[in-house]
Amino acid sequence: MTYLKKSPWIIHYDASSCNGCDIEVLAALTPLYDVERFGIVNTGNPKHADVFLVTGSVNEQNREILKNTYDQIPDPKVVVAVGICATSGGVFRECYNVSGGIDKIIPVDVYVPGCAARPESIIDGVVTALGILETKRLAMVGRSERKNNKAGETV
Amino acid sequence: MLGPFAYCRDTPRGGGLMTAGPFEPIINAIVYILLAPVVGGLIAGIDRKVTARMQGRVGPPILQPFYDVGKLFEKEDVVVTTTQNFYVLSYLVFMVVAGALFFSGGDMLLVIFAFTLSHIFLVLGAYASFSPYSHIGAERELIQIIAYEPMIIFTAVGMYMVTRSFFVSSIVSSGIPIILYLPGVFFGYLIVLTIKLRKSPFDLSTSHHAHQEIVKGITTDFSGPNLGKIEIAHWFEYVFLIGVVYLFFGWNPLLAIAAIIIAYFLEILIDNTTARVKWQLTLRSAWIVAGTLGIVNLGVLYYLKAVVP
Repeated sequence: MTYLKKSPWIIHYDASSCNGCDIEVLAALTPLYDVERFGIVNTGNPKHADVFLVTGSVNEQNREILKNTYDQIPDPKVVVAVGICATSGGVFRECYNVSGGIDKIIPVDVYVPGCAARPESIIDGVVTALGILETKRLAMVGRSERKNNKAGETV
Repeated sequence: MLGPFAYCRDTPRGGGLMTAGPFEPIINAIVYILLAPVVGGLIAGIDRKVTARMQGRVGPPILQPFYDVGKLFEKEDVVVTTTQNFYVLSYLVFMVVAGALFFSGGDMLLVIFAFTLSHIFLVLGAYASFSPYSHIGAERELIQIIAYEPMIIFTAVGMYMVTRSFFVSSIVSSGIPIILYLPGVFFGYLIVLTIKLRKSPFDLSTSHHAHQEIVKGITTDFSGPNLGKIEIAHWFEYVFLIGVVYLFFGWNPLLAIAAIIIAYFLEILIDNTTARVKWQLTLRSAWIVAGTLGIVNLGVLYYLKAVVP
């Protein structure tokens, strides 16, 4: 029952990235890399997504949007920070308007450094994230089962 | 000319299957309900594979749609408004009812009624949420329904004019090569099939491809199990729509299956070679096709009926 790993749908958000990493993310969809062979679909809708790809060092303008998008993704979900800006803020780390890495705003599961991150390493990061996604699903199922058992005991 | 009009002049028709046992319609309906999701899912999988090959990609496994739906039922059930659950379930149920009526040999008009009703439930479900993208998708879905509905009705009327029956069982068992009498209607049906299968250039309300200008259109606010139910309803829909193609070639099953494969391949080819059009052009082209091919075809049949008794 591990359909989750076979069908990860991705939402990609550009949190004030220079567009370098975003082009590499989209390059993964092209015939050369073709991530759809793993069942990966680039969906534009957080409510359909399982994997959240974020690029760029978050600034004051889009930290709320980033948080909102993250909250709209149904559990289980994983976050992949793509590029060094998303990982730590990169060269923009000390700018006055920059949060310095998306893990200041939302919990990050996989970091993919690079400027820009190469499509191979992005795909590698997503595949690593799938393992974490499965762990989270098991934790979610276990939690609801425990809750059910507890309810059964009290009755 | 031993046309369809000389045929079955006084034979009482209608009322389902004549020669088969009383339980055959029920068995057909049950077989449809059990097998249609499997066949529909496989069609969707082959569709994605062929599409990928046309784009020079490897593409997902054939069973990918089943993985997708399995995944959707594993996800958290996020519901924006609880009325959504009712509308999505009604969409699925009425789609199954429409297909089951069709495959049990029921009345084409009743089938079309149930089919349209199920889509109205999907539109209502999208309107029940608060997302503007969902509302735009719902509006476009309504426009699509308005666009394809005349041609679907003409299909049923054309089959009635040829076989003198609205009952699917009588149409299939009539043994008449319906395609020879209704080539225009068949072509028009193929055009609206593009709308119904949500393929370019008419994939206005939602799409399986990476068009994201209205997020996901009509399915924007459905997630997890509800989206899974919508996908399963699509599978039922595919099998029903293909069943109508079969009716045109019902006198020769082998030819019918060949026609279905060619028709579906053409749909995929059109999907991959055209850009999305605006809703005005969708409505106009669907109605012009229905108005010319459909009405001219039916008019010629009507004329022949008067001239060739």
